[in-house]
Amino acid sequence: MAVIFQKPKALKDTSMHYCPGCTHGIAHRLVAEALDELDIEGKTVGIASVGCSYNSYDYFGCDMIQAPHGRAPAVATGVKRSKPDCIVFTYQGDGDLAAIGTAEIIHAAARGENITVIFINNTIYGMTSGQMAPTTLLNQYTTTTPYGRIADLHGFPINVCEMLATLQGPAYIERASLHDVKHIRKAKEAVKKAFKVQIAKKGFSLVELLSTCPTNWGLSPVEALNRVKNEMIPHYPLGVFKGENLEV
Amino acid sequence: MGQKLLMKGNEAIAEAAIRAGCLHYFGYPITPQTEIAHYMAKKLPKVGGVFLQAESEVAAINMVYGAGSTGTRVMTSSSSPGISLKQEGLSYLAGAQVPAVVVNIMRGGPGLGGIQPAQSDYFQACKGGGHGDYRQIVLAPSSVQELYELTVEAFNLADKYRIVSMILGDGILGQMMEVVEFRDEEPVEHYEKPWATTGHGKTREQNVITSIHLSPAVLEKMNQNLQNKYEIIRQKECRYEMYNCDDAELFIVAYGTVARIAKSVIELAKREGIKVGLIRPITLWPFPQEAFEKVIDRAKAFLTVEMSSGQMLEDVLLAVNGRRKVYFHGRMGGMVPVRDDIMKMVRDIYDEHVKNG
Repeated sequence: MAVIFQKPKALKDTSMHYCPGCTHGIAHRLVAEALDELDIEGKTVGIASVGCSYNSYDYFGCDMIQAPHGRAPAVATGVKRSKPDCIVFTYQGDGDLAAIGTAEIIHAAARGENITVIFINNTIYGMTSGQMAPTTLLNQYTTTTPYGRIADLHGFPINVCEMLATLQGPAYIERASLHDVKHIRKAKEAVKKAFKVQIAKKGFSLVELLSTCPTNWGLSPVEALNRVKNEMIPHYPLGVFKGENLEV
Repeated sequence: MGQKLLMKGNEAIAEAAIRAGCLHYFGYPITPQTEIAHYMAKKLPKVGGVFLQAESEVAAINMVYGAGSTGTRVMTSSSSPGISLKQEGLSYLAGAQVPAVVVNIMRGGPGLGGIQPAQSDYFQACKGGGHGDYRQIVLAPSSVQELYELTVEAFNLADKYRIVSMILGDGILGQMMEVVEFRDEEPVEHYEKPWATTGHGKTREQNVITSIHLSPAVLEKMNQNLQNKYEIIRQKECRYEMYNCDDAELFIVAYGTVARIAKSVIELAKREGIKVGLIRPITLWPFPQEAFEKVIDRAKAFLTVEMSSGQMLEDVLLAVNGRRKVYFHGRMGGMVPVRDDIMKMVRDIYDEHVKNG
């Protein structure tokens, strides 16, 4: 019997703690598939951050470092500058990357660090149970915006890809979505391309993955996927923001 | 006979690190230690190393954490306010047991403070600073020669124990110029690092550098391992100097720049017939309690002198443990203790405890 689908080798054979309907599982699989298909697991060092995926080293099989909240791009810089032959990636949520870690991501991108950043944007803080994120949409309910995100009080959401694309440093920036199979396939290509950019030593790559958080959105898994499609994509358009024509 | 160079303290630290095999430096400018970064920026590219000016002291300590995790000898340096920024990183380094060398050239505080020398980060260095039950080795050089020698030693200790070694200097030591005699060969110790995250190459198990353990039983065990390690360091790695202590009954306790001033006080006291010894801790952590045990029986009193409101003073009080009186003289804000002011106190203490028995 032919095997037509299996868990990637770069993922450990263990069950994950993520919520039903959470797209972390898919995102992890896409990263692991890239490591498998490019045969780089053996020389990869991943940087786990603080959030629901704090323990992604329990799932990814490559060497991993758990970084302080927001600091993963700096930790990744230390790894890559000391071991340039390693493939280095960070896996960060929207609080980690766009709130506490804003300085670190901007400067790693500006320096053109030859690392790959996987940015999980689900417009909310999952692990700490549902607070506002820099990417929370206007009027969105969160536990720290119980009357909805109000521009006058809480400002406007941040579009990370667009912002980083203004810098000269990054080589490749793409935003993709995980809300249906068609988009997951495109996201897989984006993630794989990002690693190929690093392998080719072309510079800094980042893939923003629009993701769900059914638990803190108060939606069912299917409703959550629909929210990504109907409410998030209009604000966070999909596509390549840097490195459109990059050949790898 | 090694090479002799007239060097600025900050530069001696940088040169020492390179000689110790540290080819990776991440830092951020702050007075009075920026010359370390300048020296590294110039020299590291010439020796195949990496110098990177980070966007902040926070970023720099995290770059150190990353490089240290790959088993690479790595250093950062800063001064008091910048060291405050690094406290999170220092706690993570301690919890994850990643070796690193961190240099603090202390300046007046608190807050933005001043750029003149101080010793007011003793608590920060020796009693935590970052959160959690951890320690780091704290080395207190007293001359440019010692800045060089202790920096080399710092890397050995960091690797040996998987711990942060902190060089605690001050603005005077960092800026002063003295002759340094370099050894022809540095005593660089090599330690295997099977725990390092270098890419498993499919030849070994995954290595994980982490400090989070949500199970309290596991976290307690992790903490106990750290405490066991610290106890070994306490037993084996205390360093101190005892100067003119042989038949003294009064003892000054001082470190760094202040110890040099204390030695002038001791020479002045000799001329007045007053025998004063100096206990100079070289490791501030582990604090050399044994030095006090050596003299406590014949000691009449101790005088702690610091460029602070009295921080090492508390460890002196603990070491003396109520057995003798402990006096204190300190200056703050970047002011440096004056020999004659200290001598005045010595005379008063002598009159009270020795002359009038």
